[in-house]
Amino acid sequence: MSEAVAIPRPLPSRHGLAGEFYAWCAKGELRFQRCSGCGTWRHVPREMCAECGSVAWAWERSSGRGRIYTWTVVARALHPGFAADAPYAPVVVEMEEGVRLLGRMVDCPPAELAIAMPVEVVFVAVAPEVTLPRFRRT
Amino acid sequence: MAVALDAPRTGRPRGGAVARPRTIRYVGALMTTSLSDRACIVGIGETAYCRAPGSGKTELGIQLEAARAALADAGLGPRQLDGVMPFPNLGSAEELAANLGIANLRFAATVHMGGAAPVASLQVAAAAVVSGSADYVLLPAGWNGYSGRRVRESVAVDSSLLPGGAIARDYYLPHGLTAPPQWYALIARRHMHEFGTTPEHLGAIAIAMRKHAQLNPGAVMKDKPLTMDAYLASPMVTAPYRLFDCCLETDGGAAVVVTTRERARDLRRHPVAILGVAAAQPYPADEITNRKDLFATGLTLAAPRAFAMAGVTPADIDFAEIYDCFTFEVLQQLEETGFCGRGEGGPFVEGGTIELGGALPVNTHGGLLSEAHALGMSHIVEAVRQLRGDGGERQVAAAALGVVTGWGDFGDGSIAILGRA
Ligand SMILES: [Zn+2]
Repeated sequence: MSEAVAIPRPLPSRHGLAGEFYAWCAKGELRFQRCSGCGTWRHVPREMCAECGSVAWAWERSSGRGRIYTWTVVARALHPGFAADAPYAPVVVEMEEGVRLLGRMVDCPPAELAIAMPVEVVFVAVAPEVTLPRFRRT
Repeated sequence: MAVALDAPRTGRPRGGAVARPRTIRYVGALMTTSLSDRACIVGIGETAYCRAPGSGKTELGIQLEAARAALADAGLGPRQLDGVMPFPNLGSAEELAANLGIANLRFAATVHMGGAAPVASLQVAAAAVVSGSADYVLLPAGWNGYSGRRVRESVAVDSSLLPGGAIARDYYLPHGLTAPPQWYALIARRHMHEFGTTPEHLGAIAIAMRKHAQLNPGAVMKDKPLTMDAYLASPMVTAPYRLFDCCLETDGGAAVVVTTRERARDLRRHPVAILGVAAAQPYPADEITNRKDLFATGLTLAAPRAFAMAGVTPADIDFAEIYDCFTFEVLQQLEETGFCGRGEGGPFVEGGTIELGGALPVNTHGGLLSEAHALGMSHIVEAVRQLRGDGGERQVAAAALGVVTGWGDFGDGSIAILGRA
């Protein structure tokens, strides 16, 4: 999938840990950091584990499944790049690994959103070199 | 000099059936009591507040006007000032000092906590004057929040204005989550799910602020009363926030002057004492969505410290000026301050409890929602006004103890407990 964008939207950095996270998304894989010291999954990416202090970690693959933890419905975009999308619903999904990931639904009208709704990740290319994780109902 | 260490103030019985179940833990009391009741707010100043056509002034000009008013109120000249605390991203100590004629500037600091900065700055200013780093510290705030750059735009354009700016840039903004009401709406929605908080609860907050604004000649929303029907009919901005859940965007500013209790005695107005003050950050402060406790903010840590420092409890407080960027943040801060328990904020704000005449009048000036958005400084100004007995039509009867809070960025929190000195 791809989306035509008339007004530039903010895009994530292609460098550093964010660049690595989104590079996995571009390959169709959702991966989070997992601490090599204590096994704790973490998101957003960090340099070290706040639980055990280890700086050793690896990108491990998520099941891609989770449940909606909370959401908002943006009725009136506050950034011109998203004006054509409104209303749209950013959702926070609690993944099976325990971390929470922000995204948007691709197949659910905002009025049908519900906390604890089961969802799974899909990937949407929003710019030539940027792919974002999104969610669909399961 | 009377230094109130751990001596609790006498709690006065309160009328009404409002539950105040939360026990305040005296965390960190030994660490923080040394500042209690040793510094005072001795001057307050404000500009006019407006929307269209705008102030016609520069942001520095607004801050200078508010500063001059605060100095005049205190009976101080700029040459007596030796400390200044510029608002984050809205000015420098150098240009404030050069314009005001502060020839003896020896203390300058900025607390980078957004809307929590003014109250957090009271803590730093108190420490500065008590330690002798400065004698008189100016806290100015002011901007063209209407006619200049709007927050909702500037944040989207320049994510470096935020803490964890890179996190917002990389993980929030690409999904269209670009502005403060959208971030905070995530917390409000979850609160509704867990505790049954309703749109009418949020509406009760908007209506209370609007009622108070009708008694404030300087409020932008004077002569524009709000009913529940009109609140519920106002357009959604980012659910559950409607238009009337959102603060005003206005031009204008406010300022206060802080000095020691000893110096305060010689000044023009009766001083208002900083009895307790604290600031803290949520964890993690740079990312909202992965907090284990979504409702814990900086205030959750700061409030017990401030009450312990002042030796009082929430039940002793006569009024509260709560940073009201959006209605739900008022509800959340009432809970985290301990005025009611976690999840009890909705029922607490119903039935006029937070209105003048209720058990805990909140935002007696109308707040950011209905007076103006003066970055939180106007909440301190209003608390001082109430404690001086200068509230006019909106005076809280026998106001002796007031709370002021600040909320900034992703939930940074600050709180001051002020009392008649
Ligand atoms: Zn670890």
